[in-house]
Amino acid sequence: MADARLEAIARECRVQILRMLTHAGSGHPGGSLSVIDLLVALFFGRLRHDPKRPDWPDRDRVVLSKGHAVPALYAVMARAGYFPESQLITLRKLGSPLQGHPDRTALPGVEAATGSLGQGLSVAVGMALGLRTARSPARVYCILGDGEIQEGQVWEAAMAAPKLGRPAHPLDNLTVILDYNKIQLDDFVTKILDLEPVVAKWQAFGWAVLEIDGHDVAQIRKALDQAEATRGVPTLVVAHTVKGKAVSFMENNPEWHGKAPKPEEAIAAVREVLAVSEAAWDDYLATDPATRAIVDELRALETPR
Amino acid sequence: MPAKATRAAFGEALLDLGARDPRIVALDADLSKSTMTAAFARAFPDRAWNLGIAESNMIGVGAGLALTGKVPFVCSFACFVVGRFETIRISVAYTNANVKIVGTHAGVAIGEDGYSQMGLEDVACIRALPNVLVVQPADEAETKQAIAWAAEHQGPVYLRLTRQAVPPVCPPGYRFRPGRWLALRPGRDVTLVASGGPVSNALEAARLLEADGISAEVIDAASIKPLDEETLVASASRTRHVVTVEDHAIAGGLGGAVAETLSEVLPTPLRRLGVVGFGESGDPAGLYARHGLDAAGIAGSVKKFLGR
Repeated sequence: MADARLEAIARECRVQILRMLTHAGSGHPGGSLSVIDLLVALFFGRLRHDPKRPDWPDRDRVVLSKGHAVPALYAVMARAGYFPESQLITLRKLGSPLQGHPDRTALPGVEAATGSLGQGLSVAVGMALGLRTARSPARVYCILGDGEIQEGQVWEAAMAAPKLGRPAHPLDNLTVILDYNKIQLDDFVTKILDLEPVVAKWQAFGWAVLEIDGHDVAQIRKALDQAEATRGVPTLVVAHTVKGKAVSFMENNPEWHGKAPKPEEAIAAVREVLAVSEAAWDDYLATDPATRAIVDELRALETPR
Repeated sequence: MPAKATRAAFGEALLDLGARDPRIVALDADLSKSTMTAAFARAFPDRAWNLGIAESNMIGVGAGLALTGKVPFVCSFACFVVGRFETIRISVAYTNANVKIVGTHAGVAIGEDGYSQMGLEDVACIRALPNVLVVQPADEAETKQAIAWAAEHQGPVYLRLTRQAVPPVCPPGYRFRPGRWLALRPGRDVTLVASGGPVSNALEAARLLEADGISAEVIDAASIKPLDEETLVASASRTRHVVTVEDHAIAGGLGGAVAETLSEVLPTPLRRLGVVGFGESGDPAGLYARHGLDAAGIAGSVKKFLGR
C-alpha cells in the first residue's frame, strides 16, 4: 500500500482512538498515539492475515506487549475488518470484548493477553519458535513500550531469543519494535530509570538492531523489509516516537499517559489530527460526514444525561 | 511395583507420550536433571528447550508455543515456577494457553536443601487462578495416568510432583479422571483425605488406628482442582469427621479446598494436617515426623481430633 494511503489510515485510526477513549472516560491516549503509525504499517502494509479467519495457523502475529495502548490495536483491527468500527465505543464498558487491556479469549484476533508489562516478548518468542519448528512461513511482531523494558522478564526473553532454536530454527521470523516515546506513567523515562544505551544493550544480546523515526511510514516500511531479510537472528527496531503524537497538547506531556480527553478536548484533538484550522472546521465537517458523525457523537457526551 | 518418585514417573511418561504425540515439547530452566525431562530432551532434541535460569521467560515461551498448537510441559521446582505467579496468571491462565506446568520437589519432603527449595504454597496460589486445574498424583501409576490425561486435556494444568520415592498405592487398572477421587480403604469413623507424598503415610496411619479400634477411610485426592465433591460429601456424611493430609502449607491447599466445600455443602468437623510456618533443612523422614505427616503423627492427630 502506498505511503500516503497508510498515512490517511493512520489519521482515521487516531480519530478512532480519541473517539473510543473519550466514550470510555479512561484509558491511555499518549502511548496509543505514539504506536499507531507502527500498527498501521503492520496491519495494512505488512501482515499476512485474514480478519475473517483469525485462527488461520499460518497468519502473521502481532503481540502488543504494551497492552495499555490497546485502543490503537482495536482501531486497526476494526479498520481491517475484525469487528465493526461501531463497536469501538464499547471500549472498557461492561460486557464488551474490547477489554481495557487485551484479552485473547474475549476478542478473536487478539494474540495474547498483555498489559501486565514485560510478558509479551516471551510469548512472542514462544510463537516464533513454534512457527519455525512447524516450518510455517508466518512472522511474529512484538511491540514493547520503552518503560516496559525496565521489567526483568524482557531481558530474560531478550537473552534467549537470539540463541533459541539455533542452528536449525533460528528466530529470524521475530521482529520486535520498541515504541520509544520517552515517557512512562510517572514521568520521563530518563527521570525514572534511563534505558540508554538501548541499541548497544540489544546488540550485545545478539539482536540485529535498527533505529528509525516511528512516525515515518517510509522508514517503518524499510525497517520491516530489512528485518524480514535478516537471517539467523531476530531484529529489534528502535522506533523513536512522540507520546501523544499529532495532538499538540498531548505531545510529550506525561499527563496524557493515562487520562482520557474530555469531549471538547477530543474534538479539538480530532481537528488537529486532521490538520484543519479552527476557522475552517465547520466547513470541513460539512464535507466529511464520517468525521461529522464522530464529532456529533462526542458533542452529545458533553450534554449531561 | 517398587517405590518411585513421581517426578521420575513423569519423566518416563513424557518420553513415552512424546514418541506418540509430536505436539508435546518440554521446557526447562536449568533443572532438567531434577525435573526428569532430560531423557525426553535426549530423545527429542528439537522438541526440548532449556531456557536457562529464567522461569518467567520459560513460562511465557511455553504460552507462545501453546498458541501455535504445541503442548508444552513447562518444568521446574514447584516453588520456582509458581513463584513467577504473575506470568502464570496472565500469559497462561487469562490467556487460557494450553500449557502444562510441572512443579517438582513438592513440600518439606525434599529434605536437606531447606525452605527456599520447597514448594509449599504453590497449590494455594494456583488454585486461585481460573482455568488452571491442579493435580497431585500419589504414585507412579497415577502419575503416568495424570500426565497422559494432561497431554490430552485442552487447557492449562498444574502438576505437583515429589522429589522422593513413594510406594504404589493405586490398584491395578485404576484410571485417573479429573474431579474423581479414589477411596483406597473404606472406614466408618473418620475420613482421611490425602494427596501426593503423604498418601502412603495416611494409609499406614489407618492401619495404626485400626489397632486402636478406629476405622479410617483413606481417600487419594489427586484431583485437587476440581475436587471430588460427591466423594467428599458422601464419605463425610458417613464418618462425620474429616482430616486432610498434605505436604503443603496449612493454608489454601487441599485442606483449604476441602474446608471451603464442606463448610458450604456439609459442615463437618475438620482437622487440616500440613506444614505450619516455613520448612527447614533435615532428613525427609525427620521432617515428616516434625510436621506430623508421618504415619504416627497422622494417627496421633486423628485420635486427638476424635477425642480417643
